[in-house]
Amino acid sequence: MKVELTVNGEPVRLDVEPRRTLADALREDLSLTGTHLGCEHGVCGACTVLVDDEPARACLMFAVQADGASVTTVEGIESPDGQLHPLQEAFVAHHGLQCGFCTPGMLISALHLLRTHPEPSRETIRAEMSGNICRCTGYAGIVDAIQAAARPCPGESGLPAH
Amino acid sequence: MPVKPAPFEYLRAASVDEAVAALASCGADGREAKILAGGQSLVPLLALRMARPDVLVDINRVADLSDLALVNGVLHVGALTRHSALATQTDHPLLAEAARWIGHPAIRSRGTAAGSLAHADPSAELSVVAVACGATVSVVGPGGVRSAPAADLFTGPLMSTLAEDELITSVSFPVPARWGFAEFARRHGDFALVTAVVADGAIALGGVSAVPMRSAAGERLLAGGGSVGEVTAAVCAELDPTGDLHASAPYRRALAVELLGRALRQAGVPC
Repeated sequence: MKVELTVNGEPVRLDVEPRRTLADALREDLSLTGTHLGCEHGVCGACTVLVDDEPARACLMFAVQADGASVTTVEGIESPDGQLHPLQEAFVAHHGLQCGFCTPGMLISALHLLRTHPEPSRETIRAEMSGNICRCTGYAGIVDAIQAAARPCPGESGLPAH
Repeated sequence: MPVKPAPFEYLRAASVDEAVAALASCGADGREAKILAGGQSLVPLLALRMARPDVLVDINRVADLSDLALVNGVLHVGALTRHSALATQTDHPLLAEAARWIGHPAIRSRGTAAGSLAHADPSAELSVVAVACGATVSVVGPGGVRSAPAADLFTGPLMSTLAEDELITSVSFPVPARWGFAEFARRHGDFALVTAVVADGAIALGGVSAVPMRSAAGERLLAGGGSVGEVTAAVCAELDPTGDLHASAPYRRALAVELLGRALRQAGVPC
């Protein structure tokens, strides 16, 4: 089936089988391998992307369902000149990742969290991020990073002043 | 273990009539068709190949199925209303509270009210709330529209009275004057081990039986002004939970007593 959508601001056309998940279409057809696949049945959160600004598990959506939609993946969150997003900077500064497998999903979920809760408490962060599983960091660094990115405060948050 | 769905034909319905016609035509051809709404329960089953329908009928583009309307103390919820919209509406506080316990943000932004009921998972929050509130569902099929108590939908785990060629178009939830909601899951957003809901005079529990359970004895005591202790004791005597991998039978029983006590107290029942 022919599908037209916008990915990270760029219009794209696909011709996919109906069973092609959005995650596979992004990774295999568009070579956007930043979206990771862990469990492939909606449990781990690694494949989380934004579809029309709402978070979605890309493994639980078919690419044909994204026809006409605007999709944001981790590749789309840095600035056009390649500068990392403040959330990405905060994850680096606060040891919010180790192996990095869960990180794309963490970043996308955190981006939506900060858009909907500009100043979240640690409790809110833990609840809102509960759909993303990390096997390395023990989560404390991830919560630290999101909190720091929410209140960019050079010198305290570890965010480089740029 | 394969984690890719088997091939299927994909039909995008533009209207309820088109969806019903597609279901009927598949039935006539002997092909299995499933409605694809939010996909948060169906797609995992497809990925694990526990379900292998021939056809998916996508209703996400059907207009007018996402409306919320409060009429005479009843909140009418369109089939495609996402859990995130239920969680943020203010007309039905019990429904909003329950929706906040469903899954995670990325699940709530896709999963739908009618999809949850049609899936008939006995641990699903909305099923228990629908039974407690005495909700009714509007169901459309080739013969037209019928209305049924939500409680009559459920016949067992993942089993419902919906026919293969029927589709829920809306769910009507009466708004209770007093209510309580309590749930326990090991991690926020996981499937509930036990859910307890009080809505006016009704008591419903999830996770202790194959379908959401009403307690006749507990409700009689509640109507007669019984205390939290008296009501929970009566409900406890009616419980016969089954143990499984996630929780033993005695643990589910203990959770049900504790959570029902919390829900009753939240509803203002005297201790």
